[in-house]
Amino acid sequence: MTISIGVDVGGTFTDFLFLDSQSRSFRSAKVPTTADDRSRGFMEGLEALGAAPESVDWLVHGTTAGTNAVLERNGARCGLITTRGFRDILELGRRTRPHAYGLSGNFEPLIERRLRLEVAERIDASGRVVTPLDEEGVREAARALLEQGVESVVIHFLHSYANPANERRAAELVRGIWPNDHVVAGHEIMREMREFERGSTAAVHAGIAPVVSRYIGRVAERLSEEGFRRELLVMQANGGMMAASVVGEQAVQTVMSGPAAGVLAAAELAQAAGARNVITGDMGGTSFDAALIVDGRPVVTAEKDLAYGVPIRVPMIDIHTIGAGGGSIARIDPAGMLRVGPQSAGSFPGPIGYGRGGERPTITDANFMLGRLNPDSVTGVEGGAPMETVRERLEAEIGKPLGLDAAGAASAVVEVAVAELAGALRLISIEKGHDPRDFAFMPFGGAGPLHAVRLARELDIPRIVVPRFPGLTSALGCILADVRHDFVQTFNTPFAELDCAEVKGAMSAQAAAGRELLAREKVEVDEVVIEHEFDLLFRGQSHVLRLPMRGEKLDLEELLEDFHAAYRARFEMELPEMIPILVNVRTTITGKREPVDLSVFRPGEGDLEAARKGARRVWFDGEWLETAIYAREALPRDAEISGPAIVEQADSTFVLDPGATARVDEVGNLIVDVGISGEGAR
Amino acid sequence: MTGTMDKTRLDPVTLTVIEKGLQQICSEMDLVHEKTSFSPVISEAFDRSNGIYGREDGRMIAQGEMGLPIFLGVMQETTRCVIEERSDLEDGDVILVNDPYRGGTHLMDVKMVRPFHYRGRLWCWLSNTGHWPDTGGMVPGGFNSTATEIHQEGLRIPPVKLVEGGVMDEEIVKIVLANIRVAQERIGDIKAQIAALAAGARRLTALLDRYGEETVEAALVELEDRSEQMMRAHLEGIPDGVYKATAWMDSDGVVDEPLAIRVKATVTGSDIAFDLSESSPPCKGPMNSVWATTLSSVYVALKHIFPDVPMNAGCFRPIRVEPPKGTFLYAEYPRPVAGCAAEVSQRIMESVFLALSEAIPDKLFAAPAGTSGNLSLGGFDPETGEEYIMYYFSGGGYGGWWEGDGLTNGCSTIGISKSQPVEILEQRYPLLFDRYALREGSGGDGRYRGGFGVSYRVRLLRGEGKASFLMEHGRTGPPGILGGKAGAPNRIHISRAGGIDTPEHISKGEGYALSAGDWIDVETPGGGGYGDPAERSAEARAADRAQGYYGEDEGGAA
Repeated sequence: MTISIGVDVGGTFTDFLFLDSQSRSFRSAKVPTTADDRSRGFMEGLEALGAAPESVDWLVHGTTAGTNAVLERNGARCGLITTRGFRDILELGRRTRPHAYGLSGNFEPLIERRLRLEVAERIDASGRVVTPLDEEGVREAARALLEQGVESVVIHFLHSYANPANERRAAELVRGIWPNDHVVAGHEIMREMREFERGSTAAVHAGIAPVVSRYIGRVAERLSEEGFRRELLVMQANGGMMAASVVGEQAVQTVMSGPAAGVLAAAELAQAAGARNVITGDMGGTSFDAALIVDGRPVVTAEKDLAYGVPIRVPMIDIHTIGAGGGSIARIDPAGMLRVGPQSAGSFPGPIGYGRGGERPTITDANFMLGRLNPDSVTGVEGGAPMETVRERLEAEIGKPLGLDAAGAASAVVEVAVAELAGALRLISIEKGHDPRDFAFMPFGGAGPLHAVRLARELDIPRIVVPRFPGLTSALGCILADVRHDFVQTFNTPFAELDCAEVKGAMSAQAAAGRELLAREKVEVDEVVIEHEFDLLFRGQSHVLRLPMRGEKLDLEELLEDFHAAYRARFEMELPEMIPILVNVRTTITGKREPVDLSVFRPGEGDLEAARKGARRVWFDGEWLETAIYAREALPRDAEISGPAIVEQADSTFVLDPGATARVDEVGNLIVDVGISGEGAR
Repeated sequence: MTGTMDKTRLDPVTLTVIEKGLQQICSEMDLVHEKTSFSPVISEAFDRSNGIYGREDGRMIAQGEMGLPIFLGVMQETTRCVIEERSDLEDGDVILVNDPYRGGTHLMDVKMVRPFHYRGRLWCWLSNTGHWPDTGGMVPGGFNSTATEIHQEGLRIPPVKLVEGGVMDEEIVKIVLANIRVAQERIGDIKAQIAALAAGARRLTALLDRYGEETVEAALVELEDRSEQMMRAHLEGIPDGVYKATAWMDSDGVVDEPLAIRVKATVTGSDIAFDLSESSPPCKGPMNSVWATTLSSVYVALKHIFPDVPMNAGCFRPIRVEPPKGTFLYAEYPRPVAGCAAEVSQRIMESVFLALSEAIPDKLFAAPAGTSGNLSLGGFDPETGEEYIMYYFSGGGYGGWWEGDGLTNGCSTIGISKSQPVEILEQRYPLLFDRYALREGSGGDGRYRGGFGVSYRVRLLRGEGKASFLMEHGRTGPPGILGGKAGAPNRIHISRAGGIDTPEHISKGEGYALSAGDWIDVETPGGGGYGDPAERSAEARAADRAQGYYGEDEGGAA
């Protein structure tokens, strides 16, 4: 087992990372994403990488094809068969509005109304059948949907998490007459209460399953034509991966899998650097994705909304997106306040500095102005960034109204952006009950390392880990992922009434389902690990705390003790008078692969001076400083550099502010001591 | 700092950073409050608000963006009343208050106010409010529709010291808990509210340590000026003139006569004055509004029209609202007020929207459903052997707007809360929903039609229960603007022992005794239409027909 390839298909570019653990070498490639036929771009990239398909052992693929199809409402044509009286659940949602203030705007349901049909059936909250399933009605509905040209169908009945019998039978009937595999019942995706959220998750799945499985099928086919003999693997949002052969039934898990892979890679790299608690900040052109890694593992949540009115309740690495990227536009609002984002210049026209016709100053332009980004090496721009225009626009749009010169304006833009990002990072840490000061910070994405030191100082985070390839983290995550599947079942029962045997029964049923899936995938794994977690709350509350099982066997008393302890630690509150409830039982099955040896990134020994490309003037805290520029790929192991310095590489730029120092570690990470805290920095 | 600065009193970066910092403190308070609450109204429906208020007068410095909109103006009034009445407060004290006449809303919104001290002196006030599921009174949940004085509505708490020097006064807690239903969980909500204020105090201390008192105080002054400047820029865009409109309420729940909210908005340059004095006199039933709620309603209406204005006391400066003494919008002791926060407030907002719709049609929407649509149901479940109180708020259609059709099943305009899932309601209460559907045909016609209301039927499964309704827009639907038609009005039907009733007051009624098998049908209002229906495109009409929005398809809901 030696050759692994990770592929991350983004909206604009597709990244490839090739790792040969025997010859201890790696290469990367970047090709434009081919929107018309993504599989073509995929094959072109493999070729660019110079990888012969027959020699590849692991090929793992992350894709946003599904996510975008849902967001743009151009996924497969979907239909719904549901409980009589409830066909509008997907359109009514939870009675919200797009923004807290302002009453304009609208919402387009995932499945249009005329393709949502009802059948007689009803199960109550305790799982009793109130109205038996109208089997003929189900067949008629299925036939009617087929006539309407529906390709993918959702069967979604009330309380199917408590008793899936009617849903299961209806799915069986529909599958009997449906011409393809795209039939899904809500409980097959998740057995969790809340009809809108479960239905929305199933509808997201139904919308992308045909799109994703067609695409993955095409890639797998081409690969095998080219001689690839292994199973193609697909990245999931939970940070694990699955075999391409099961992607049709697990399609919903691929949503947001690219960013998830990045966080997974961050966890592994940070671990190698001895950091087990990490905040990650992935800053690209349009957004900043933040996530937490606690005790070496990315925090996973099952409470994400993909967009307004589109909740998705499968476990996903908890990534919080803020509309602040390199392309975010800076402006003065009517109150005279400096604002950065959320409007973005996007990839076209992009920042002024990219010379594609952009006219509004962006965060990237501010970095050009301050000398932090190298204006002479802009991908695809002849003769470098148009610095005169950058200066003029910054001065006119930001500097003049605020009484600042161009550098002052650029500096203000960076500072406001950093404050915005820091605030968001603080809030997501606190929401999860953590203090950011206890964490290391790992910046990645093209623009993440640019602002890392400022951001860390703002949050009083003492240490930063900059990965060797900040722009290829998602592709690396694909290579590092294990096979993983998650299961959930709702209990919603007070502890006093719990039957331990019943809970254990659910746990082992979920574990068995996981093993069965794993067996079907035929992926070679070293070890199978099964983990159980429990969602608990006090009666009357809405927010659960999730706890792992202590030890090997379930002991309800221990679990209860742990819950009280966790509640005390999280909220500094004791509530002996309240009734604890077990809400959900969650099972995760992980097929561990042979670990990838990260020492392939081990830098060579050598002379730091050889890595030095020169120097330029860079603006730090009110003055221009002569700043050393280093080439990342040439930095030797254990080298130490002190700020002010800039480290450049093809996929990213890292700014080391004055007062901070960085050291190159064993696997090529830069370990940064930020030196002084936020207060000192001012 | 960087660059040169001479024009501003404070450098622009620090100003923006402090503004964000203050907002984040409020958001953190909101978060702690929400995550630890027992009241589903708070944790699931976000019916709470946390903020920072001025030392001398309680003016709003910052308030959480995740908080319920109606508290936008209310909380500064609450804080002001506490400042006026209690000069004996020390660091570590927390005041408890829910008195509607002292800067309040209805009794269920229970406020806490904490003096915040920095380096040994009072620096500002931290206050919050949370909607408790019950504060006693004649109906479970407090949303009565027939009270004729406040004492029937529940426990009224003047500003009292709940916490003194960091120690909770158990005696006060005992009195409170003895007077409310489902009391055992409220201690959890009390602790949650205190914890949120404590979190705010910690973070505010850190902010002041970092930037220094002087800088932060200078920033506060500047931020208020900026906010005012932005509001004025918007108001300048409204042509000078006098704009009038009337919103009609069905009744006060006791006397079956409509109530009029008559607004006169006078725009002069960048100032706007609201006169509500021609509105109906104080009413006998609980549809009176207290001053804080009336004032806040006008503020929230403007914030909905100009959502980008940052929230602090500065943006209120160009707005003058004459206290409408002698009307039902300026309730004084002992007038009952249960309907003011959820119902009257929304209709005051409607009157503001209608008045300004002709002046700035490119920024306005036709009337939204305008009711919280509250159904309260209390009873005893023989299966669990426990009493229960449910209240269920429903959404309705929003009005068509300048670029599109109205939103279907939008939240009340004073709230931002989610409705509870049917599966959770059926878990918690002995109920079964026969239907929870889009109400076909309810959106008012127009160039851009209104959004649709909802239509549901809920059946009692076991035991006996009592239902109450506090809804609105039953007589007439939410009006359209610029020639658009009104949305469908609210409808309620109650089926008992075979007979079907509608409440005498159309949208309000109390104490409907239900037995197992009885059901309630509720159909909530659709939004008003925007513009002449003749201008609606043929494609839009064809799409509406195809989707069965006007009841012509075959898949149809039962």
